[in-house]
Amino acid sequence: MSIKEAAHAVMKKAVQVAPDKWMPGATPDPLIRQKHGLIGTPVSRLDGPQKVSGTARFAAEFPLERMVYAALNYSTIAKGRIRELHTAEAAAAPGVVLVMTHLNAPRMTRVPLFGSNAKAAGGDDLPIMQDERIHWNGEPIAVVLAESQEQADYAKSLIRVAYEAEPSVTTFEVAKASSEQGVFQGEPLLLEIGDAEAALAAAPHKVDVVYRTPRHNHNPIELHGATVAWDGDELIVHDASQCVTHTAWSLAQVFDIEEEQVHVTSPYVGGGFGSKTLWQYQVLAAAASRLAGRPVRIVLSREGVYRIVGGRTLTEQRVAIGAQADGRFDALIQTGVVGMGRHNNMPEPFMLPAKSAYKSGTFRLQVEAARMDMVGNTFMRAPGEAVGTFALESALDELAVNLGMDPIELRIRNEPDKDPTSGVPFSSRHIVEAYVAGAERFGWNQRNPKPGARREGEWLVGLGCATATYPYYRMPGGVARITLTNRGRATVSIAAHEMGMGTATTQTMVTADRLGLALQCVTVEYGDSHLPGVVLAGGSQQTASIGAAVTAAHDALITELLKLAGKESVLSGLDSEDVIGRDGYLCDIHKPDRRESYVSLMARIGREQITVEGTAPPPLEFTHWSMHSHGAMFCEARVSGVTGETRVTRFLGSFDCGRILNPKTAASQFRGGIVMGLGLALMEETQFDERKGRIMNPSLAEYHVPVQMDVPEIDLIWTDIPDPHAPMGAHGVGEIGITGVGAAVANAVYNATGTRVRDLPITLDKML
Amino acid sequence: MNNFTYVRATDVAEAVRQGGQAHAKFLGGGTNLVDLMRETLERPSVLVDVTGLSSAITDREDGGMLIGAAAKNTAVAEHRGVRTRYPLLARAILAGASGQIRNMATVGGNLLQRTRCTYFYDDDGSRCNKRGPGQGCDAIDGFNRIHAILGASSSCVATHPSDMCVALAMLDAVVHVTGSQGERTIAFADLHLLPGNHPEVETSLSPGELITAVELPALSFAQRSTYRKVRDRASYAFALVSVAAAMEVDDGVVKGVRVALGGVAAKPWRALRLEAALTGRPANEESFRAAAEAELADAQPLRHNAFKIEVAKRTIVAVLAELAGDRL
Repeated sequence: MSIKEAAHAVMKKAVQVAPDKWMPGATPDPLIRQKHGLIGTPVSRLDGPQKVSGTARFAAEFPLERMVYAALNYSTIAKGRIRELHTAEAAAAPGVVLVMTHLNAPRMTRVPLFGSNAKAAGGDDLPIMQDERIHWNGEPIAVVLAESQEQADYAKSLIRVAYEAEPSVTTFEVAKASSEQGVFQGEPLLLEIGDAEAALAAAPHKVDVVYRTPRHNHNPIELHGATVAWDGDELIVHDASQCVTHTAWSLAQVFDIEEEQVHVTSPYVGGGFGSKTLWQYQVLAAAASRLAGRPVRIVLSREGVYRIVGGRTLTEQRVAIGAQADGRFDALIQTGVVGMGRHNNMPEPFMLPAKSAYKSGTFRLQVEAARMDMVGNTFMRAPGEAVGTFALESALDELAVNLGMDPIELRIRNEPDKDPTSGVPFSSRHIVEAYVAGAERFGWNQRNPKPGARREGEWLVGLGCATATYPYYRMPGGVARITLTNRGRATVSIAAHEMGMGTATTQTMVTADRLGLALQCVTVEYGDSHLPGVVLAGGSQQTASIGAAVTAAHDALITELLKLAGKESVLSGLDSEDVIGRDGYLCDIHKPDRRESYVSLMARIGREQITVEGTAPPPLEFTHWSMHSHGAMFCEARVSGVTGETRVTRFLGSFDCGRILNPKTAASQFRGGIVMGLGLALMEETQFDERKGRIMNPSLAEYHVPVQMDVPEIDLIWTDIPDPHAPMGAHGVGEIGITGVGAAVANAVYNATGTRVRDLPITLDKML
Repeated sequence: MNNFTYVRATDVAEAVRQGGQAHAKFLGGGTNLVDLMRETLERPSVLVDVTGLSSAITDREDGGMLIGAAAKNTAVAEHRGVRTRYPLLARAILAGASGQIRNMATVGGNLLQRTRCTYFYDDDGSRCNKRGPGQGCDAIDGFNRIHAILGASSSCVATHPSDMCVALAMLDAVVHVTGSQGERTIAFADLHLLPGNHPEVETSLSPGELITAVELPALSFAQRSTYRKVRDRASYAFALVSVAAAMEVDDGVVKGVRVALGGVAAKPWRALRLEAALTGRPANEESFRAAAEAELADAQPLRHNAFKIEVAKRTIVAVLAELAGDRL
């Protein structure tokens, strides 16, 4: 069910209850107005000391009694069947406890595909090691368990396989011939308003070009890994996860046990970016553990991550814009094809930014998917937007050149006053302010619009800019529990995730401010499927999802406290919305001197602790408003006139993402996104050998991501204007940083050299 | 990784004796060998650790230097004599890998590091004549952006990844080796072999022969030398093309010139044609370009690496122009 469908399904019910804080006409979150407390101040991450000192325990660091180590063997053909499988030598190797193949693996139900159920977590829904069939080049065909990792790795190299290959589709050009309409979150990726082709043909100025982006693979610093154990029919999984509840439920389906019998923990995650969901390794580790009767630790090798964890797929995007001489758009077309696996559903939705970025007389937006025999492609930081903005924002720049107009001015002339394709108002949109502030700070007026005009030694220097944009999401399922003690301490429990973004820190700050408690009096529990809520750390929605759930739990807590406080309380007669927490007290919002401390209240009613649970209201806010984060990206690039090497020497991100809750952790998210965007622009590329459908550079040596010397100082500013229709006035900021970067770099490279690269990455061979 | 025996050699004789065993390998810093063992591409039965042997860097009476094979890359790059007399060697070393790797990697090991061809690394998924003689080569029609444009064969198009070796090739270094038959020296140009029909044979070392030292001959104009590396990111990437060069200009005329190229062949590519074409010519961009054209005249591009030919030419011209400096 799509988010919108889910929203509509509960609409009827929702209108029966009192309008929540995110409905039209409702009172915004009081924390938006609050000018004291921690929100908006830079707070260092609370788990920093544990991480720096190595005491933070990650998924593959849980020691278990009698634990064995797993190694995987991967197929080397894209499609066909295993004809012969020789495992005797491996089984006899030193330390080997088990060799599991399709011949002895337990019978398992398919993993529910992500999106097929609210709690489904699967990257694909293929049967896992259930028969001799091969579905992609790199599919696991054997698991070896041994007393040490080295023994497992060695034994796995002794397995001999013979395949019977069958015809497969591993060539994009072939796959494109039978591409299908992409469907994302239950809706076809197709939007037509007016006759865009006719408007384009009639327009006096136009661009009509094709951009290409390659496959990208996930490279979180922490390899995918898990430590798993069975206790009877109970399964414990210490995972690195951005979806603990989803994983628990999905594994319960696979092993045909109750959801409660699976316990997934994930206290720390060393980077997720969309990849730390449910892939075959957790299932295989659990199956092998059951077969061997031993706990299992599995850590994918870097190659293993490339083989069995999907990445961002390749895209081919046509962008055509028809405009009047004054720059106004008559037609905006962004259509194209993306590669997609046969057993997943992730048609990289590159058209999403164009739905709300610009006003235009007509629109035609479409994403088609070309099925290929390959590992299921998946979400990767700003799926859709990261590559969609490269094409759209490059085309904007090309049109500006055609028109002889400053590209910022061109964007401002097409700035919509309401969502141009849905017609609903924007909840909060200050992109023009972001451009103006960014241009001023970056020195945009120093830019010579003539390409190749600035040379320093052998280096050609150029400036470019592009729009960053990412939607505000909030998925259903937010539930939080608050426990307040008679010592004035509170614990918030929610099955959310800390993948390094600073979520735990920021949500502790927010909860402390909401309750009116000091930071050290508040604990946020997360990363455990036995905690309340279904909260995906994805789509930059976790901040809002937790915020809305904690707000609901907080309301429940205040209501309960007022009820228990009784007539003797100074607060008697007040409703929960009239009461706020501050400095350890509950106060009358209108008369803060009228107050009673938590400690006094709890003592008076004779309770050691109170526990309440609150459920976030359905996410209807984004049916009333078009909700997005925005940014203006500015880049200075240098291109060697000798070698064609491109180096980015300055970068500025000017953001409009609602209220920034914690400037320190938010800045790290923006900066990290921009660094990843520099990789997308300049070097990241999976070498997918189309002859065999095999990834040839599954290593950080040959798959290039930016290193220190590739990253200049990154300057960051933000509007800090709260979105009145979002919890805390805030938007998640995990993904917007990567959007727009590809185009900002490409546009700077064009300004430097006059060479327009429409085919990422911008490697030196394209600059000669 | 397979099980193996580890022994630590205390002198050359013992190292050579231990290294003479079947499937023995000498272990330097392990920055390449251990990686390859983890990938099960190398399966030695005995590892003979030679890091305890000579790492001395000493001046020779003939004006050259002798570098013990166990010297760490960092130690060579930091050595004052190297930096002043052979600046290109220090630059070449510092252009490679990372600080941590250079702290471990030895000179002897650097000479014997193996190609980064991704098809060579793909043990069970791809064909490779270097890994499995006679299998065939999947790189020739595959991703070959990083592959050879010079000296390749229909069996193999891999490149040698070392930066340091490009400088050593330019310097006409001499490799000192000891084997069961005794000591001998090998001219650097003769150490690495072009693939021909036997890409699995990468050097002229006899089985069990140990590199004990690298000798840098005196070169009057080595002080005016440099190394330039062209790559896909600013650091921590292998060279697409690199140029080591030294040049002596007298009265606007090239009196002496040495050039070697990296990233273009299965061995560090000494540009002898270029040197011959440029010596005695005016030190200007026109002659540099003509000499570069002569060197690359036989270059054979593959599907993805034709750009290397132009990049090599341009980089040669830029490096020589830089060395000519105000004498242009």
